[in-house]
Amino acid sequence: MLLSVLLQAVVSYTGLGAAIGAGLAAVGAGIGVGRIGGSACEGIARQPDAVGDIRTTMIIAAALVEGVALFAIVLCGFILK
Amino acid sequence: MKDFSRIIVLLFCFVAASALHPAFAAEEQGKHESAAFSAKDVIMEHVTDAYEWHITTINGKHISIPLPVIVVGQNGLNVFFSSKLEEGHGSYNGFYLSESEKYKGKLVEKNASGEEIRPWDFSITKNVFSLLINSGILLAIILGVASFYKKQKKTGELKAPRGFIGFMEMIVMNIENEVIKPCIGKNYAKFSPYLLTAFFFILINNLMGLIPIFPGGANVTGNIAITLILSLFTFFYVNIFGTKEYWREIFWPDVPIWLKVPPFMPIIEFVGVFTKPFALMIRLFANILAGHSIAISIVCLVFITASQGPALNSSMTVVSVLLSVFMGLVEVLVSCIQAYVFTLLSAVFIGLAQVEPHTVKR
Repeated sequence: MLLSVLLQAVVSYTGLGAAIGAGLAAVGAGIGVGRIGGSACEGIARQPDAVGDIRTTMIIAAALVEGVALFAIVLCGFILK
Repeated sequence: MKDFSRIIVLLFCFVAASALHPAFAAEEQGKHESAAFSAKDVIMEHVTDAYEWHITTINGKHISIPLPVIVVGQNGLNVFFSSKLEEGHGSYNGFYLSESEKYKGKLVEKNASGEEIRPWDFSITKNVFSLLINSGILLAIILGVASFYKKQKKTGELKAPRGFIGFMEMIVMNIENEVIKPCIGKNYAKFSPYLLTAFFFILINNLMGLIPIFPGGANVTGNIAITLILSLFTFFYVNIFGTKEYWREIFWPDVPIWLKVPPFMPIIEFVGVFTKPFALMIRLFANILAGHSIAISIVCLVFITASQGPALNSSMTVVSVLLSVFMGLVEVLVSCIQAYVFTLLSAVFIGLAQVEPHTVKR
């Protein structure tokens, strides 16, 4: 009896889930790219000659990490539709 | 330089000052409540495909470039301009734009039992037309630059190029020497044409998508069908030209027997053959689509706050203009980076598939 009462009160949490997912993806991207930028700065501080190589590597790594975050955003967008 | 910065500051002040008078949108909303501003609709109509190229709307009248609609329906081949659809209030000769969930905005017709079906649609839509224009630009640039080198080959003299040709040589040689040669190795020359074409194609389409007025402004690389085809090309290049050793390493790798017999590694490797181009597709699509959506939303900021009074609206206009400039610059950077990353990863995947058999030390 309690179970049937509980089941009747079910609300659709789809939108909420998708929105939280998109937010978490943004957090993940922020943390990931932040760490890449930090390591790049440390590398340049240790060896200023290698600025060009480090900068290129940082940009490529940031693009790859953002790609992963954007998977999640695209998926959440589809769920929200 | 000082004059240039003064002009920029004056432009910003002009835009901010012009926003100080009460926004006309507020008066419009007083007159007819039906037209509430929906940023989502504005974004969708800018990033999705359409049968005509809408330029602007003056006094409620749409100004758009009509594009040919080529459909093969139940009554055969129909070729007509999309302006005929506009005149017939969204319908012409049995074809009409669907409002249903499944075929929203696409041309459908009714079959014998009254359901909506899609005819064979070969229309020159906005994205197709933009693809043709951008391909034309790409061909003009690349073939124009290449003719300089062809002429040199004929006469035999080797002058260093200057100006735009030198700029293009710098980019092409950078990609060739830093990306293609190291990643692929011995027979890089076979894959060089495809990779360089992919780079410039993606770059030009991305950059043209940032220009707000015709002939730019169509969301080409932000369309998943187009990135699908690009990654499909990479998929074919990787797998058709992959050596026997590459396929052997997928299905019967040189690992302990308990990893490859219950199909752990072969299954995972086989799935990996598909996920790598899939990631390429989603990365480019999502980056460009997100960039366009954000740029449009920033402009929509002005219209969303239009009914909130002149003070809030004018400050939001200044914020919107500054954010638009910043976002535009970020988008240019993202365009170049995404083209470079697509080419780099394609080169890496092709290089990984060109493995030679290792000599086993026993």
